[in-house]
Amino acid sequence: MAGAVTYYAGRAPERGLAVYTQKVGMWVFLASEVMFFTSLIGSYIILRFGASETWPLPGEVLNIPVTAINTFILICSSVTMVKAFAAAEVGDKRGTRLFTLATALIGSTFLGVQILEYRELLHEGFGPSSGLYGSTFYTMTGFHGFHVFSGVCCLFWASWKAFRGGYDNRAYKGLEVLGLYWHFVDLVWIILFTVVYLI
Amino acid sequence: MATIVAEPTGRPVVREPHELSFIRKYIFSSDHKVIGIQFLFLSLFFLLAGGLLAMMIRWQLAWPGQPMPLGSLFPETMAPDGIMLPEFYNSLVTMHGTFMIFFAVMLLLVGVFANYLIPLQIGAPDMAFPRINMASFWVAVPAGLIALASFLVEGGAAGAGWTSYAPLSAMPEASGVSLGQQMWIVSLVLLGLSSILGSTNYITTVINMRAPGMTWMRLPLTVWALFITAILALLSMPVLTGAMIMLLFDQTIGTHFFLPAEGGQPLLWQHLFWFFGHPEVYVLILPAMGFTSEILANGSRKPVFGYHAMVGALVSIAVLGFMVWGHHMFQSGMNPLLATSFMVSTMVIAVPSAIKTFNWMGTMWRGNLHFHTPMLFAIGFVMLFVIGGLSGIFMASAPFDIFIHDTYFIVAHIHYVLFGGALFGIFAAIYYWFPKMFGRMMNEKLGKVHFALTFLFFNLVFFPMHTQGLAGMMRRLYQTTGYEHLEGLQWTHVLITISAFGLFLSGMLFAVNFAWSLFRGPKAPANPWNATTLEWQTPSPPMHGNWEEVPVVYHGPHEYSHPDVADKDWLAQNERPDVVSPARP
Repeated sequence: MAGAVTYYAGRAPERGLAVYTQKVGMWVFLASEVMFFTSLIGSYIILRFGASETWPLPGEVLNIPVTAINTFILICSSVTMVKAFAAAEVGDKRGTRLFTLATALIGSTFLGVQILEYRELLHEGFGPSSGLYGSTFYTMTGFHGFHVFSGVCCLFWASWKAFRGGYDNRAYKGLEVLGLYWHFVDLVWIILFTVVYLI
Repeated sequence: MATIVAEPTGRPVVREPHELSFIRKYIFSSDHKVIGIQFLFLSLFFLLAGGLLAMMIRWQLAWPGQPMPLGSLFPETMAPDGIMLPEFYNSLVTMHGTFMIFFAVMLLLVGVFANYLIPLQIGAPDMAFPRINMASFWVAVPAGLIALASFLVEGGAAGAGWTSYAPLSAMPEASGVSLGQQMWIVSLVLLGLSSILGSTNYITTVINMRAPGMTWMRLPLTVWALFITAILALLSMPVLTGAMIMLLFDQTIGTHFFLPAEGGQPLLWQHLFWFFGHPEVYVLILPAMGFTSEILANGSRKPVFGYHAMVGALVSIAVLGFMVWGHHMFQSGMNPLLATSFMVSTMVIAVPSAIKTFNWMGTMWRGNLHFHTPMLFAIGFVMLFVIGGLSGIFMASAPFDIFIHDTYFIVAHIHYVLFGGALFGIFAAIYYWFPKMFGRMMNEKLGKVHFALTFLFFNLVFFPMHTQGLAGMMRRLYQTTGYEHLEGLQWTHVLITISAFGLFLSGMLFAVNFAWSLFRGPKAPANPWNATTLEWQTPSPPMHGNWEEVPVVYHGPHEYSHPDVADKDWLAQNERPDVVSPARP
């Protein structure tokens, strides 16, 4: 009855990946976010190729140095995010508080600079209806800004939780998942900065 | 027989210590079963609404310019004296497609059954993120309400077709619809959000919440199909959302994405829409294939023929589904070389589809066939899906597609796959899982009459449309009179319309059966179909948390008529090997 034995024995119990559920969920969600930004960036590339003669040169409309500094600011927030998570992992509550709040504040700074940039551009008469360049610029950077804004809101909430001692070396998943999102938003900006501002 | 030591029993399920309030239990519930049932009522409502719109469309096509029955109820802006206006006809066609595709079929397949079945079939107490799951329902409700309300605003509901090709959809001055079109966009963006939240949940749940012993290759085919579907929706819906937002901006804040006068590209809309649209087609059919596989095995009392091939076919259909969107655009002035490559990649999909079809036949071959209502609908699914699939191969061929482009041949094809395919699968699934959902059986006799009439009228409605299409009947034509080449076809429109009324009435038979069985149906046992999957091994309806203790899985998903089991022709997935009575000692 060898056949019956192999039939019944089966394999050892299997219960998913060795990764906790919230993290898997965030990965899956970020996959859809990738597709969302792909649709916007892909459209930008197509539209730009279709109108390459009339497309403004880099720096003609946008202020590259200011945004370059802003990009650096956003990258710094990714560093503090990692530090916040690393502090929580080893149970350093003071470090967790400090770095989570720092990430939220640096993220807000990025948004502030972006709002000032928008104001400046609108003042110069460059708006979403200013040709394809304006359409794509405001849609892409606007949706990225919306993602940063959502992230900043979550970060302030996480800071509040950190100040109440909510994260330690046993409970740091929330911070790690939020960190995944934050790094993703950061990465999208690096791509946007390259394709919209630099080339 | 060698004895096998049973694996340890599962952990007890953690339950809420207190009774939940009415609102938390039935309205803002985070229980996947309640959410599934909420989606069921929402989507059946839209199925009815979409059906009513179709009846009005059919009236106009059979008797153009005649006042509709009850037509006087409509305001002047839609149908003065009961005679519908062309603009209203456009809205009807657009909203019929929108309701049926997004709010009826998609919600029925994914909202209802993915929610209800995934945790039960994989042995989980609930979804991975119950509150996100609740949010996905409560985002879908306003989406539906906005779509409905768009009929009431000035200019009427969106009228640019369910595909809303730009620049027509982006230019209110051309289509005459401005607010209606914007509400259509907002509604579908919300629905897309609901779908993304749902898909995130389904995928995570299947990956991480399976019961001990529930290996990937022991997943019921329904779960496999819903898992693959969720991946398709997750990756295609955001592209539609991006396109929709650009369209909305074109209308509201003056961007120029799709407006050629300012350098925008109308073709970009088609690419984005169909990059979403073709995977969407498989979102609408794969779950029905899953249900069918499972129900055919149950009705034939045999394991699914070629389980691994079935899984492989699902996966390859999903992968190929992302590479074929150009076959919707053969008429767009595409480079013929590119058209050829889209043509070939499309035709390749016939291979996994044929694998599935032959495996369904293999499942039934020499089975001990039980023709219960779900089985009848599942067989109907296979038959009609074959017809729809074959016309799909015709259309994949660019030269033929250019000939039948935008004719009723397309209408026939889409209804063979979406009604004959998806909706037959849905009916099969509702009849099959209704006892589990509500603890009562549906009426078998009424169910069989429903099947027979639906099958008959369905073919009478949609088969002649192939011929109409080849004869040159245009897809979105409002007035069939006044075209010389269509004059001889008018009687077929009348035949189709009368059959369509019959189809609608047989749908009403289902509604009556559903409503009656909900309250008066005989009480259902835990496992009325003698089925093998986990959901049948817990009471009907299952308690909050689904299980007394988390089940342990020992067997494959569709083990019917196993030679080693003596006293019954099915082997539940969680039956302990040491207590199954062996056929041969």
